Amino acid sequence: MTYILIFISAVFVNNIVLSQFLGICPFLGVSKKIDTALGMGAAVAFVMTISTLVTYLIQKTILDPFGLGFLQTITFILVIAFLVQLVEIIVKKISPALYQALGVFLPLISTNCAILGVAIMVIQKDMTLIESVVFAISTAIGFGLALVLFAGIREQLALVKLPKGMEGTPTALIVAGLLAMAFMGFSGVV
Amino acid sequence: MNYLKTFTNGLLKENPTFVLLLGMCPTLGTTTSGMNGLGMGLATAFVLICSNIVISILKRLIPDKVHIPAYIVIIATFVTILQMVMEAYMPALYESLGLFIPLIVVNCIVLGRAESFAAKNNPFASFLDGAGIGLGFTFALTLLGSVRELLGTGNIFSFRLFPENYGMLIFVLAPGAFIALGYLIAIINKLKSKNA
Repeated sequence: MTYILIFISAVFVNNIVLSQFLGICPFLGVSKKIDTALGMGAAVAFVMTISTLVTYLIQKTILDPFGLGFLQTITFILVIAFLVQLVEIIVKKISPALYQALGVFLPLISTNCAILGVAIMVIQKDMTLIESVVFAISTAIGFGLALVLFAGIREQLALVKLPKGMEGTPTALIVAGLLAMAFMGFSGVV
Repeated sequence: MNYLKTFTNGLLKENPTFVLLLGMCPTLGTTTSGMNGLGMGLATAFVLICSNIVISILKRLIPDKVHIPAYIVIIATFVTILQMVMEAYMPALYESLGLFIPLIVVNCIVLGRAESFAAKNNPFASFLDGAGIGLGFTFALTLLGSVRELLGTGNIFSFRLFPENYGMLIFVLAPGAFIALGYLIAIINKLKSKNA
């Protein structure tokens, strides 16, 4: 039951993009087409789950017992950068098809603050290992959902004639605001 | 190298938030009030200035192949220092900015300036560039924070301008951040096209 609550809360109520403001850069950057949005969502889900698992284990087995909590930021960012490289190499070797689909997005992910954000959040909220993994997967699904919805709207928006100053980013931000407002309707569900 | 130009470049022409559109996460996430925006901006400026200076001093010693990880370690070091100092001396601000302090590490502005400016220029110019960009970012965050605080609660920096009942709460919540920033950028685009 707890896991279902974590899932609903991370996907809808506390959506990582629309209510936590993490991962805005890819949200605005790679959301012009639904296909690329799906690819980015999948790549983030992949890396987020693995990196949360690894950073959690490092925190609990190395940093906490030795009182090195202050090294958290440095350790996590290096581990994430390293993992992204590793995932890229492994995926390239094992499944060229998957690499074709995710390849472009993988290097972008190390600077996605959602990944580091989730890794730190899990520690701050004092979750168990399984809860953390469920939380990471759900958050990534929430990210993908927001990205795909937004891409769908932007595909339509590209056909509209707008006042000159409003073209591009301003309109994208206002649409994102309306989307966030829609997601606020979920608050109180959990 | 014109030092004054280096400094003002970040304030106006290459304002990281309104023109380059970098570092959107803290821009939207921490600007619930003018004070928070100012705090976050200054925190980022501190990291930016320090990392710019250190990277431009060490640029000859860092091998080219590992320069990105090396830059990240330098940036993360200053973020950790900042975290500890803020926790000790400004616990209230540290509490309200929360997760976004460690996330300065992945702020694209900091790494972006290291890569595009500090790696090519002398320490003094890098310091000015860091200060310019940092203040530009601080200005943008403070402006957005004040606008949201005013529309949402009727205050600016906790100074009451109209009764709270008339405030639109939505501007303090998540959707208001997107909408307020969208309109601010639209206004700035409009002003720029008039000047040009």
